[in-house]
Amino acid sequence: MSILKKALTTAAMASALLAGAAQAEDMRIAIVAKALGIGFFEAANKGAQEAAEELGDVEIIYTGPTDTTAEGQVEVINSLIAQRVDAIAVSANDTDALVPTLKKAMQRGITVISWDSGVAPEGRQMHLNPSSAPLIGNMIIKLAADNMPEGGQVAVLSATTTSTNQNVWIEEMNKVAGDYPDVEVVGTVYGDDLADKSYRETQGLLKTYPDLKAIIAPTSVGIVAAAQAVTDAGKIGEVNVTGLGLPSEMAGHVKSGASKSFAIWNPIDLGYSATMIAYHLAKGDASAEPGATIPMGRMGEVALDDNTEAAMADPFVYDASNVEEFADVF
Amino acid sequence: MTTIQTGRRIPDRLTSPLSRALKSWEALLLVVAVAIFVLNSVASPYFLDPWNLSDATFNFTEKAMIAFAMAMLIIAGDIDLSVGAIIALASTVMGVAMTLGAPTPVLVLLGLGTGLTCGAFNGLLVARLGLPAIVVTIGTMSLFRGISYIVLGDGAFTGYPSGFAWFGQGYVFWVITVEMVIFILAALGFGILLHRTNFGRMTYAIGNNATAARFSGIRVGRVRFILFLLTGLMSGVAAICLTSRLGSTRPSIAFGFELEVVTIVVLGGVAILGGSGSITGVVLAALVMGLVTFGLGLLNVPGIVMSIVVGALLIAVIALPRLWAMLRRG
Repeated sequence: MSILKKALTTAAMASALLAGAAQAEDMRIAIVAKALGIGFFEAANKGAQEAAEELGDVEIIYTGPTDTTAEGQVEVINSLIAQRVDAIAVSANDTDALVPTLKKAMQRGITVISWDSGVAPEGRQMHLNPSSAPLIGNMIIKLAADNMPEGGQVAVLSATTTSTNQNVWIEEMNKVAGDYPDVEVVGTVYGDDLADKSYRETQGLLKTYPDLKAIIAPTSVGIVAAAQAVTDAGKIGEVNVTGLGLPSEMAGHVKSGASKSFAIWNPIDLGYSATMIAYHLAKGDASAEPGATIPMGRMGEVALDDNTEAAMADPFVYDASNVEEFADVF
Repeated sequence: MTTIQTGRRIPDRLTSPLSRALKSWEALLLVVAVAIFVLNSVASPYFLDPWNLSDATFNFTEKAMIAFAMAMLIIAGDIDLSVGAIIALASTVMGVAMTLGAPTPVLVLLGLGTGLTCGAFNGLLVARLGLPAIVVTIGTMSLFRGISYIVLGDGAFTGYPSGFAWFGQGYVFWVITVEMVIFILAALGFGILLHRTNFGRMTYAIGNNATAARFSGIRVGRVRFILFLLTGLMSGVAAICLTSRLGSTRPSIAFGFELEVVTIVVLGGVAILGGSGSITGVVLAALVMGLVTFGLGLLNVPGIVMSIVVGALLIAVIALPRLWAMLRRG
């Protein structure tokens, strides 16, 4: 272990020296997505670019693995460490599996924060939640309840069984389910964030529960697949699809009536805020300690709680009145 | 040979060993590896750094360990698609033992034992019952990972003893990682087994013609069973390394590893239908894959483009010699 320690110290010193030498150049902030090619993260990248323009001396490296695997993200982060970026802001595919690699990044002087989907506290300096889990959990069941005045059966279509986000939201939703006595949550199925599997799982739900009134899909892939499955089954008007989705992907389904309303925070704001926080932490004019506040440009500032986590804003509801307008944005 | 009467003149030997070596698959791979190495050093200032290259080896060491055993299995005309699932199960077994307070040596033995047991199960079904390897291992791929999902659900095992981290995060000397040493030892071990022992000759014989091999007195079933055992064992070794490196276990661990392992084997020049191939080729293929993914990672090439490059490389390396031969003939 002593060799390891010595080696790491040497590496940390070397990278500190090199970082010092590179200080005159732009600060490089890496935005690591769960996987590339997902609209949500592309939108977050837009926000990050906006923040970089505003700050002036920042270069954004937007990257991520092909599949939503922890192993893929470890490879990406290793190559970012090798490039000696100044900060890494990651939306994690796995709370724990990234910790050893991110610890190594911090030992080599890189600022590490997580956003959207968090990393265990020892693997990052702070975590930026897009909203708070209790608010989201309440919002998704409220959206379902608001559109079914007589009450009835509701099922959940989630991502994978190991998705940190979805599991927390569903847990919070179940906590407040008592406030909606007419809503009966009959079960949860997993579409693995794959369009075809989510579609098939929805078809299964429609067969298993013929009286189903609503499907809650707190995943942007699942909600589209579910809305399509409901449309194809000719059940528009009978089954309302709601949850969390992207306006651009959901606009058509809101128009057709398959989905009356859904919620999402603004991923552009999220990418913007994550970049701002990473910038201030890497620059050293803010610190990531419990109780500290960190400025994030036009989004105001966030206060860190005891787990050095912070919530950016409330989730935002999209329906027929505003979805078209946001569909062009993300 | 000398007693055969023929009208044609038969040369004493086909071509000189040197020219055969130069025209071999391994020589082609070596050229490709060197070319990629040079290209990478030119393309990125961060490439030629011992620590970065050391980090880069994690991109392939675990997969390559399994690839050696898989190469022998494929040479014998079988295949094992359950290796990723074996890692998941072995990792889960170690996780359960860890929560019960087992020390590092016990965890290692359990990891290896689980790998061997899974290999034996595959081997029994294929060699004993005569079922097709591809069908059996597609089945056990779901079976083994399914058990992990039942045990873990959406949970994770974390908090492995600090000594356990040595396998996936430790260094033997300077930048030489423990995984690298295991990789080299495995390469030597399998190289000797395949190229310098009777067992290796039997493996080739079975792959070329199992029936003829049986009539020559080779215990075909036993050899195939042992090859499955070895693949299981190496999956167990990889499970120890990967679990240690990620410091946690989730049922989705090592998802999709089987295809990457088979890709390395095929790129290494092993005939997918069996009968030919070498461990040197597999070592070089692992290096090529590692260099390509790390080099592209340093340039922040998106993972999607990276998988296109890997696919194109695979097809090019396989197709080029054949195209070359066609051009010369025709």
